[in-house]
Amino acid sequence: MVELALPKNSRVQKGRHHPAPAGATKVKTFRIYRYDPEGTGNPRWDTYEVDVAACGPMVLDVLIHIKNTLDPTLTFRRSCREGVCGSCAMNVGGRNTLACTHGHEEVPGSTCQVSPLPHMPVVKDLVPDLTHFYAQYASIEPWLHTTTPEPQTEWVQSPQDREKLDGLYECILCACCSTSCPSYWWNGDRYLGPATLLHAYRWLADSRDEATGERLDALEDPFKLYRCHTIMNCAQVCPKGLNPAKAVAEVKKMMAERLV
Amino acid sequence: MTDFRTPLSRARGSGAAGHGAAHWVAERVSSIALIPLTLWMVYAALVIAGTGYEGAVAFVAHPVNAVMIVLVLAVSGWHMHAGARVIIEDYMHRMLGRSALLILNLFVAVLLTALAVFSVLKVALGGAL
Repeated sequence: MVELALPKNSRVQKGRHHPAPAGATKVKTFRIYRYDPEGTGNPRWDTYEVDVAACGPMVLDVLIHIKNTLDPTLTFRRSCREGVCGSCAMNVGGRNTLACTHGHEEVPGSTCQVSPLPHMPVVKDLVPDLTHFYAQYASIEPWLHTTTPEPQTEWVQSPQDREKLDGLYECILCACCSTSCPSYWWNGDRYLGPATLLHAYRWLADSRDEATGERLDALEDPFKLYRCHTIMNCAQVCPKGLNPAKAVAEVKKMMAERLV
Repeated sequence: MTDFRTPLSRARGSGAAGHGAAHWVAERVSSIALIPLTLWMVYAALVIAGTGYEGAVAFVAHPVNAVMIVLVLAVSGWHMHAGARVIIEDYMHRMLGRSALLILNLFVAVLLTALAVFSVLKVALGGAL
């Protein structure tokens, strides 16, 4: 059944308050989700009063500042800090985004709320467990499938065919889209979700691939593909500005085209 | 009990059911069909509202009108079944409850459509006067 309320042990309680350091000039409050699986308590909202004049403009800058100066126990994932790796995907001010490319001033209101990607198991604090998400990506076999013997040089592709991969190859698998999708929340065990389906289409659209039929066969399923109801949250939140919903629609179109 | 299946095994599950595309097309085709059918039904309702009992019976008894009403009811019944099916699949996760509701949905849709179509046929074939 669809989960309308969090299970008892997941309900978020009031947490600790970390006041602004003395001499702070520009204070902003950050409400951050904390959960320690090694402890016994429920998750909690900790509030941090941060002197934003002392750190960079992005939410990731603030998180690093908090970890360095206010609370070293705060846990989050980050790597490239420039929107390329997708590690710092989280929910900022109610929207999934990359903390490194999202300015804290873009969040309206006096308090900026930060929580992990929705409806995923939490490893610790802002770190979600993406094992199933990555396994779903692996399940679509995201590499070139060919039967024809490999050519001496590369597989050639016209510039026009290469253009068909634009808007698809840029995906960094940050999981912002899939974890913003209600269909993925309710049926993520079977529904592949927008990110994996976008990559599935990336290989369906590749003129060099020879397994289009097998790829479509593997997707033709009421749950793997057809749980997409064009809700469009995926396209709204994608921090790379891609449109996974359109890619899913293209897959459905290919499915329909081979029927008629 | 700890589940030692690999993540890939869990993601692959039982594989693809191998259907869904035809359902998807049929949902859209029935939606397209319902646009003119519903507009016609609005027209029919306005005509019937302006007449008495005998006038309504005469309208429904006309072969073209009877066929149109049967089409509206049959396509609506099918479309209603398809729509409710998606809602059940979305929100009901226990296999027993889901199966029971899917069967109930089918029975209710077929029963309602059969009753409605029979009512039209009874009027059209002269049983209402």
